Amino acid sequence: MKTLTRERSEELKALCHQFRVETIELLHKLQTGHTGGSLSECEILVTLYMECANITAENQDAPDRDRIILSKGHGAPMLYRCLAEKGFFPVEEMQTLRQVGSRLQGHPNMAKTPGVELSTGPLGMGLSAGNGMACANRLMGNEAYVYVILGDGELDEGTIWEAAMTASKFKNDRLIAIVDWNKVQLDGMSADVMPIGDLAGKWRSFGWNVLECDGHDVDSVYSTIETAKELLNGRPTVILANTIKGKGVSFMENTNKFHGKAITDDEYERAMKELEVLR
Amino acid sequence: MAAALRDVYGESLVKYGVPDEKVVVLDADLATSTKSVLFGNACPERFFDVGIAEADMVSMAAGFAASGFTPFINTFATFVASICAVSAKSLIAYSGLNVKLMGGNNGLTGGYDGSTHHGIDDINVMRGIPNMLVMSPSTPVMMDWMVKTLVQDHKGPAYVSVSRQGAGEVYEEGTSFTIGQAKTVREGTDATIIAYGLCVPRALQAAEKLAQEGINVRLVDMFTIKPIDRAAVISAAKETGAIITAEEHSVIGGVGTAVAEVLTEEGIAVPFKRVGIQDTFTQSGSYAQLVEIYGVGADGIAQAVRETVARK
Repeated sequence: MKTLTRERSEELKALCHQFRVETIELLHKLQTGHTGGSLSECEILVTLYMECANITAENQDAPDRDRIILSKGHGAPMLYRCLAEKGFFPVEEMQTLRQVGSRLQGHPNMAKTPGVELSTGPLGMGLSAGNGMACANRLMGNEAYVYVILGDGELDEGTIWEAAMTASKFKNDRLIAIVDWNKVQLDGMSADVMPIGDLAGKWRSFGWNVLECDGHDVDSVYSTIETAKELLNGRPTVILANTIKGKGVSFMENTNKFHGKAITDDEYERAMKELEVLR
Repeated sequence: MAAALRDVYGESLVKYGVPDEKVVVLDADLATSTKSVLFGNACPERFFDVGIAEADMVSMAAGFAASGFTPFINTFATFVASICAVSAKSLIAYSGLNVKLMGGNNGLTGGYDGSTHHGIDDINVMRGIPNMLVMSPSTPVMMDWMVKTLVQDHKGPAYVSVSRQGAGEVYEEGTSFTIGQAKTVREGTDATIIAYGLCVPRALQAAEKLAQEGINVRLVDMFTIKPIDRAAVISAAKETGAIITAEEHSVIGGVGTAVAEVLTEEGIAVPFKRVGIQDTFTQSGSYAQLVEIYGVGADGIAQAVRETVARK
């Protein structure tokens, strides 16, 4: 099993903490944007972009680069922060998020934002597109990986399961889906809104390899993704990443309250204290 | 028997698509009907049948296009305009992706299958999507040109409404067309029929019949419904003084609506009539029967011209 060095692990953890703080600061300042999902996907995106995936601002047009699709497009703030860190655009541009004239739309648009591999927003479409990219890679003889980050609420969409069958049929074993399994969606707890049942069993029955990890532990995320990359057994692989919606701020955790609502001044101050930015 | 456009489509897709290694073809378990099966047989490694999962197919095509391929997706017109629409809009057109959306069994050509399989709202839906080119061929010669153009020249999202049937040829072999430029099939001075699809050859029959009655009709093939050829509409109105649109589609949102928009914005008031399905659910029957019942055959078009010319 591949592991991060202790030093690299600490660097990624520090980066996640920094991005968490910056995202809350930004969404509070702008009074718009999806907080909960951005915080739950943080370690997944940071580990993928900074460590596992072969994606750089320099190779962004190379046909054999890896691809990352954020199918849960409302998690755009954390995606944009990662892309800025990778040098796709200046970090200062984050301040234009969701504003008129910005390249950083409320949901990702590949035609506007450098580094965005697929426009997303309406849920349930990213895994299908990932299949298209994986099949295209095979036709081109590329050994690149396609990563698709799915929300667990998004799994309510029937097209996800259409795409799950398609991935199996075409033996897309370089397609790796990562479920940001935070168990909360817009209207409430996922168990109440739409019980998903035996999630691992569902994927297995669709012909997928199923791995599980702690989605907030960069070491666990890293090792699991690297394991998935090496499976190459003719089956696609899904990683069920156990996460917490709103991770990092106690009153934002495990609730649908901060799915998309603006952060008040009081909430902002409390969050900054918890994240040890304010003392 | 006139060649069916779906057969020409399938053959042209093989002719132009197989030699181009960037062309991939997707279907959702209708390949033997849409005729994409011909490509599948000729080039199985670039043919992808996803089963009865139209939405999955269209999003998968977006992934191919994002990787530099030219995907052709195939299903019935009414399904492109409904099940596939969210991806066609928010994923493909929004990103300017080079996906060719081919809607088969357009108009009433689903015949006996009835209303659920008739494609009479596809133009309305697809026309409302920014960036989307919307076309519909009228004859075998044009169908072949359209496939060639979509493979070799045009880049970007396109929707094509394709007939399961054929109603005859009106063009010489090798006729050249230009996207966005209407083709005048017949000159005339008393009125203009603006049509697309199989209404074009049928309108030509109507025009020939009307000529014997002393009504001299221009026929314009508006095969590019979006962007519409505004100049062709304006000159038709100014030079012939009456406009009749004809389409195997609802009168809401098709070429009739598009032409009315141009005329109104230009402040041109001429006698005007829309031949098409009059905002109703259609029914089962033979294609020939349905064409007559819904007034989109040569007789129906001719009668609409007589009524419109009488209002001049």
